[in-house]
Amino acid sequence: MTTSKSKTVYSPVFIDGSEFRISTFKLLKQDGALYKGGKAPDIDKEKALRIYRAMVLTRVLDERMLAAQRQGRLSFYMQCTGEEAAVIGSAAALDDADMIMAQYREQGALAYRGFGIDEFMNQLFGNERDYGKGRQMPVHYGSSKLNYMTISSPLATQIPQATGYAYGQKLAGEGLCTVAYFGEGAASEGDFHAALNMATVHRVPVIFICRNNGYAISTPAVEQFAADGVAPRAYGYKMDVIRVDGNDILAVYEATRAARKLAVEENRPVLLEAMTYRLAAHSSSDDPSGYRSKDEEAVWSDKDPILRMQRWLGRRKWWTEKEEKALQESLRKEVLETMKRAQKLPPPPLESLVTDVYDDVPPALNAQLQKLKAHIRAHPDAYPKTADQATGGA
Amino acid sequence: MAEMNMLQAINDALDIAMAANDKVLCFGEDVGVFGGVFRATSNLQEKYGKERCFNTPLVEQGIIGFANGLAAQGSFPVAEIQFADYIFPAFDQIVNESAKFRYRSGNLFDVGGLTIRAPYGGGIAGGLYHSQSPEAYFAHTPGLKVVIPRNPHQAKGLLLGAIHDANPTLFFEPKRLYRASVGEVPEGDYQLPLGEAEILKEGNDITVLGWGAQMEVIEQSVEMAEKEGISCEIIDLRTILPWDAETVADSVLKTGRLVITHEAPLTGGFAGEIAATIQERCFLYLESPIARVTGMDTPFPLVLEKEYLPNHLKVYEAIRESVEF
Repeated sequence: MTTSKSKTVYSPVFIDGSEFRISTFKLLKQDGALYKGGKAPDIDKEKALRIYRAMVLTRVLDERMLAAQRQGRLSFYMQCTGEEAAVIGSAAALDDADMIMAQYREQGALAYRGFGIDEFMNQLFGNERDYGKGRQMPVHYGSSKLNYMTISSPLATQIPQATGYAYGQKLAGEGLCTVAYFGEGAASEGDFHAALNMATVHRVPVIFICRNNGYAISTPAVEQFAADGVAPRAYGYKMDVIRVDGNDILAVYEATRAARKLAVEENRPVLLEAMTYRLAAHSSSDDPSGYRSKDEEAVWSDKDPILRMQRWLGRRKWWTEKEEKALQESLRKEVLETMKRAQKLPPPPLESLVTDVYDDVPPALNAQLQKLKAHIRAHPDAYPKTADQATGGA
Repeated sequence: MAEMNMLQAINDALDIAMAANDKVLCFGEDVGVFGGVFRATSNLQEKYGKERCFNTPLVEQGIIGFANGLAAQGSFPVAEIQFADYIFPAFDQIVNESAKFRYRSGNLFDVGGLTIRAPYGGGIAGGLYHSQSPEAYFAHTPGLKVVIPRNPHQAKGLLLGAIHDANPTLFFEPKRLYRASVGEVPEGDYQLPLGEAEILKEGNDITVLGWGAQMEVIEQSVEMAEKEGISCEIIDLRTILPWDAETVADSVLKTGRLVITHEAPLTGGFAGEIAATIQERCFLYLESPIARVTGMDTPFPLVLEKEYLPNHLKVYEAIRESVEF
């Protein structure tokens, strides 16, 4: 039984889906001019520069921290390079109180919301000030203050969670929504289907933002799905869908703003597919030269989203070359200095091994900690990080 | 006090929790107007509305993913998985998400409000996929609590305890007892403690330990053993994770013998964990090897279910063998 009236036919008629052609929403050309007929969203100078600064910070942070990884200072890193507009343009169109449930490449959204460089660094180095207490690999950021759910490595698990979180927001009547970010590869997981189906069935204020960046590690999108991207799936869920040029900050912003209105005002969940390109490797452990060409990368380097926005700002006389240079220099300096400080901070205490498993440490787990302390005391040289803390216990 | 069966007691617990707090929500497959295939959520939609008690699409990973999100948001979701045998599509959401939410965020976020209810266990001619006891899979996952009640009084108090507990809790309900187990249940709100075993009967010669539907089996076997003059101590573990090793060890230090019984298969079953811990704690006091009376290392059978199940005769036999060792 379906809810719509289905027309009856008397011979087999197949539908191949070709009638569902999805257009791509664009506003900004690479030279910083608007497309003819395109109208810039209502963004004032202050907001535009907040967005731009977050984009540049993300790029600088990514360059510097990848270098730090290559120097052996960091175990691991993941860059957002090439996808800054898709992430920051969408985050900027939200209310800062909306919940963000990201995948792992969305540090730009945190940068936009005001996560400090020291906060990034504390997580990356897993020091005693890391909110996550040194428990997760680098780039697994989280901030309750900034409504940014702590990253979880398993792909797509955050998508049905976003549906549930948004259902709670709807019942609370706060006028807020949740945004789930994920890649086109993660959209193959079962959790994606579960999330979108439940979102329209239960009418929740959630926006699903797919960063279609062309690759899931080495697997190109053409080997991920036969369809025209991820967007056509929305029809199957009776969900509003929009495809946008993911390197176009203005289009991403405007699409997300409109999506948020549908989500919050009408409880209509939205799927937004941002077409972009992962200019960097999947992670510091990956080498793209094994699966894609320099020529292909060059095509997308020419579509750099940051340069595109910079040119738009320049045309509006909101940004000068001098200001650009000063921003780049000051951010590089701040990143470097903050990194050096964060690296020197001590690791989280030994007790943090057993706290937060439950709200309280169960007696049997505490006994394991005491046993460990006794062991460390017997072999202090083997545990230089914690030898001085291994007091008390059995 | 009122006489109730286990389903009525569970329904009563949910009713009390929903009446007390608007943020308690019940959902799952067929949970809404129908009240669940076993009717554990009967009348809740009528009473609290479709927004708080509702059907979900047929997708267990979605149900638990959704519930994790709701719990992180500050709600108290009570998600039903129709049969414990069908919990596995949600394994990732439970093991990688619910269990690790607080730890991985350094306590910035948690899903402590989450309760997952699922009917478990055999004896109802359910075959492979309506009979399993999956508690051991989850007992291997720090961050979860796993609770199994034995009768209506326990079911109500432990379920209310699970809903109010600040950690994600799996609540496995012995479905063979849903209507078969009837007893006096206190009215109103009361919570039984999680993580505490209960000594149901004191004895000196041997400790017999189980949980859920096995408690009835244990009582029958103990009745047989006591007729022969064997004094048995009976313990209901109640919470499988984190489990109350103290109470069990204290008992075995006294009796010197232990029989553990569960419906799940022997290998990797939770009895193995208990046996390992108790031999560590009570090694010099043991009079006989710790015995495990469990299901066999097979998928759950259908026609030969009676042969498979660890019934009172098998438990009785193990008691005898331990005492005569």
